[in-house]
Amino acid sequence: MSFGGRLSVVLGLFIVAAGFAVWAVVGFMLPTSPTVDFTSAQPAGSAVNLTVQTVGSIGNGYGDHPTWVSYLVKNPQGQWIHATIWKVPAHTRINLTVQQFDSGSPLRNQQWGRVQGTTGNVMLLNGKLIRVYNSNTGNGVGHTFAIPTLGINVPLVGVSPNANNVCSQAPCSAPSSAVNIIKASFVTPGPGNYAWQCFVPCGLGFLYGNGGPMSTVGYMGGFLDVVS
Amino acid sequence: MTVDTEQTTGQEGAEPTQKEPHHIWRMVAIWAVLAVVLDLLFYFLVGPHVPPGDMTSAASENQFDFTVLFLIALPVILAVWVYLAYSLIMWRATRKGVPDPVGGAQARTHLGVQVGWIATTTVIVIGLFVFGTVELITNAGAGGGEGPNPIWTPTSASVLPVQVIAQQWKFTYRYPTYGGFESQQLVLPNDTTIAFHVTSLDVIHDFWAYQLSIKADANPQLDNVAYTTTKQTGSVTVRCDELCGLWHGAMFNYGNVVSKTAFNAWAKATQVATAANTKLLPPFSWTYVPDANGADGGYYPDNVDPYSNNEVYGATPAKA
Repeated sequence: MSFGGRLSVVLGLFIVAAGFAVWAVVGFMLPTSPTVDFTSAQPAGSAVNLTVQTVGSIGNGYGDHPTWVSYLVKNPQGQWIHATIWKVPAHTRINLTVQQFDSGSPLRNQQWGRVQGTTGNVMLLNGKLIRVYNSNTGNGVGHTFAIPTLGINVPLVGVSPNANNVCSQAPCSAPSSAVNIIKASFVTPGPGNYAWQCFVPCGLGFLYGNGGPMSTVGYMGGFLDVVS
Repeated sequence: MTVDTEQTTGQEGAEPTQKEPHHIWRMVAIWAVLAVVLDLLFYFLVGPHVPPGDMTSAASENQFDFTVLFLIALPVILAVWVYLAYSLIMWRATRKGVPDPVGGAQARTHLGVQVGWIATTTVIVIGLFVFGTVELITNAGAGGGEGPNPIWTPTSASVLPVQVIAQQWKFTYRYPTYGGFESQQLVLPNDTTIAFHVTSLDVIHDFWAYQLSIKADANPQLDNVAYTTTKQTGSVTVRCDELCGLWHGAMFNYGNVVSKTAFNAWAKATQVATAANTKLLPPFSWTYVPDANGADGGYYPDNVDPYSNNEVYGATPAKA
């Protein structure tokens, strides 16, 4: 092969390899979850109502992993969206409502049964004030809503797996399906991206339970995108 | 190899045209001046600011170690750079009278230089090995994790144990001398020797408290012990330094070293505030076996009998 031919082959392979690398890096960096914007949903300075639900199986209507456990969020227009990146205003009270449709179990670390970082370090479980939930009793804890860097943790108490109206796939609706309604409030800090996650290793079928939906943005973790 | 003997220049057989200077002594002189000046500048201007600072005994010891390493490394790299720069200037091809670079006496090795180089570098490497070992031994592990049975322990009669529990993706801390409460906050008393007992509930993490100069792997079912003595109050940054999954980058928190009085007040208040949850935690233990404790996912069975015969973290084992 001539020098020009060899040079062309080398350059061609280099371009293919470089293109693949760029594609992989860009694909990795792009967010895998859309962002739901709550900054313009209400007048500036007023509290943001953030309503989410947790479901044992996301179902067929929300992407490639219908069997995965997941969070959904209600957007300002009232639709359930499969998104875990939420844009909220800084220094603003967030009124969090979680509709927990999944069952629970004892926590790997009962520390996550303690409500922390919310206003008054409390939550309401079906209207009842809770400071600490013993995950070793009742239906246990299904998930948590936690923002570790802000010290926020809200245990999401599980529903009975034996209930005859356990929701099988999202979006679930209350009260026709077995549900626990958990409410808590917290105040956002200054602008920044704050990762939030579930502390229950609930990735069924994955090593340590922390793979799959626990390790994929858009299911059991995401970001609180706090903007000024 | 350049030799420092007097030589003639020009082509073979040509008449001597110019006396060569003692190049090697010139280089040694340049190197010695630079090395002394830069080492002194580094020691006095940069040394006090070398990470990780001097917040704890381990930190100041490591700062001293890094400074010593740099003071030794700087002359070595200067020797290379001075030789390179001198060669580029003195023996560049365009300079008049530069000898041909091949063949003859100029290409011969120089025994003195060879022996000197090997001996010097050998002394430096072995010296640093001895220095590093002595520093590890005399400084109770110099802030590094020593495993469950440390052989280098602090001499202090009073040591505060603090357990670091890593889990995907957060560090929490238990204080066994205060009823075993667990906290998301790391708070430490000043002027106190601390024994960090680092363990994990899932995968391998790494507890890196930068300003404390503590760094210890967090392995499941293993108690990795690291020591230091706090010397200043202030803020501490804790990061996970072992790639541990999706939120590894978010696995950090901030701690504080406070006065003994403030620490006691915080510990007692937290003990009371967390009492309801502490009752639900397993009895304090240096390690935990989190299997059979609600960890879905198939690796750990979920509430199945028999439970582990060892300690469990979370649920009270059901009786068989």
